[in-house]
Amino acid sequence: MNELVYMDNAATTPVAKSVRKAMSVFFRDEFGNPSSLYSTATTARKEGLERSRERISDFLGAKQEEIIFTSGATESDNLAIKGVALSRDESAHFITTEIEHHAVLHAFEWLEDRGHEVTYLGVDEDGLVDPADLRKSLRDDTALVSIMYANNEIGTIEPIGELADITAEKGVLFHTDAVQAYGKFPLDLGNVDLLSASGHKIYGPKGVGFLYRRKGVKLEPLFHGGGHEKGLRSGTENVPGIVGLAEATELMAEEQNEEIPRERKLRDKIIEEVLNIPDSRLNGPNKNRLPNNANFSFKGIEGESIVMKLDNRNIAASTGSACSSPSLEPSHVLLSIGLPLSLAHGSLRITLGRETTEEDVEYLLEELPEVIEELRRASPLSN
Amino acid sequence: MYSDKVMEHFNNPQNQRKMENPDSIGKVGNALCGDVMWIYVKIDENEEGNEVIEDISWETFGCTAAIATSSMVTELAKGKTLEKALEITNEEVAEELDGLPSVKMHCSNLAADGLVEAIYNYLNSGEKEIPEDLKKRHDQIKQHMEKVQEEYGDYVEMEEEMHRTG
Repeated sequence: MNELVYMDNAATTPVAKSVRKAMSVFFRDEFGNPSSLYSTATTARKEGLERSRERISDFLGAKQEEIIFTSGATESDNLAIKGVALSRDESAHFITTEIEHHAVLHAFEWLEDRGHEVTYLGVDEDGLVDPADLRKSLRDDTALVSIMYANNEIGTIEPIGELADITAEKGVLFHTDAVQAYGKFPLDLGNVDLLSASGHKIYGPKGVGFLYRRKGVKLEPLFHGGGHEKGLRSGTENVPGIVGLAEATELMAEEQNEEIPRERKLRDKIIEEVLNIPDSRLNGPNKNRLPNNANFSFKGIEGESIVMKLDNRNIAASTGSACSSPSLEPSHVLLSIGLPLSLAHGSLRITLGRETTEEDVEYLLEELPEVIEELRRASPLSN
Repeated sequence: MYSDKVMEHFNNPQNQRKMENPDSIGKVGNALCGDVMWIYVKIDENEEGNEVIEDISWETFGCTAAIATSSMVTELAKGKTLEKALEITNEEVAEELDGLPSVKMHCSNLAADGLVEAIYNYLNSGEKEIPEDLKKRHDQIKQHMEKVQEEYGDYVEMEEEMHRTG
């Protein structure tokens, strides 16, 4: 049996060796609490926490005080969305899209339950938001627009620069969940006021992320306590995690120029060959797409079965089928781009990463057609 | 996420085929969560004159749990009298598979319902006596299916069409 062929890098990634090494120092040798006064704690603060903040803000082109470390992107999204809502005295209007991550969608649903109003923008068949739709939806009482930088399922990269400009014209705040985009290509902060990112999608550790908050943006904290992170996120800082996040960010930046074309080439090969399988389709755009993402639907078979059969062959991938979600409904993203239930149930997401080799891709391309054929032979809904 | 037993049935499903000239068919499913099952039965009398499930098979569109429960229910029902077969519940099927993940218990665990429907349809079309309990279970299943049909009628029609041509 082959070694594991991991093709689910949009879910999470293995921690890079140099990241692990950089982190290890701050578990034991430099374990101090950054808030303490003695010298060993000073190292944790200066070399751990603040040096990491500097590295990340340099990468983003932001100011150091604009980086708020959190436990990950779910917290960052919640802090941005609820933080803006709670900082206002009155109910307000918010705009987001139908294809956001649940960390965003469910935070907005929470606001709706508390008297705020939310507009959910639809997307076209490629998953793109129409800037004209955003323009029409903006109101005098709109407090915040939140649109993801790149979609985790179908890889669509949204025109964030343009969308943030439109929002800024109206003097409205703009948040973007950049989890899938951060580190993958240069991000243009432009008129973006708030941006969420996570460590574990870029070969950093789980449980750490940050929220970029443009200086001056009013936010109410979700956590109260010792007043860490300028009072916006109390709780002793996860120093090893933060160091890992910074190290992972720099690694991504260093290798961007070579790694992105490499992954794109492998990904394009997968798309080209998988589409030779009868009754298959590519979900998501041809252009403006994350370089490591491919998402397919296969008529007449069910996505979880594809994932389990691939797992038998030591290939790890994911699906937007209902069976993969606790809500037992198929992916809201696939339904939003207009896929019928039958095709949404039969979807497969492949996301490549730094460790994906040409051999891995060859292996997938050998095994996948067999899996699809095997499942179709057994499917009552297939010719 | 699944027990070894579930994976065993998923990877080596038993009695998975469309039956030629079945005595009855039971269909259950939920288009939204993506599971549809057809259970086929052939029924004969045994030496005591009781009707027994002589042959049983299935076709299922659905996830690992749906496949495994279909396979298991047919293993449990094969050779049983109709009376005994009707005692099989969705919960028992799940237990025989060493459990299912909790989110799958209500969605994908429909195989026993499919069997109930097949037996009901058999008795009903033969104008035989239908026990009260069976009527009740059939009504519940039917109600659920009608709700699905109402909400996802287009999908159910397409599913039927694909099944016919399949």
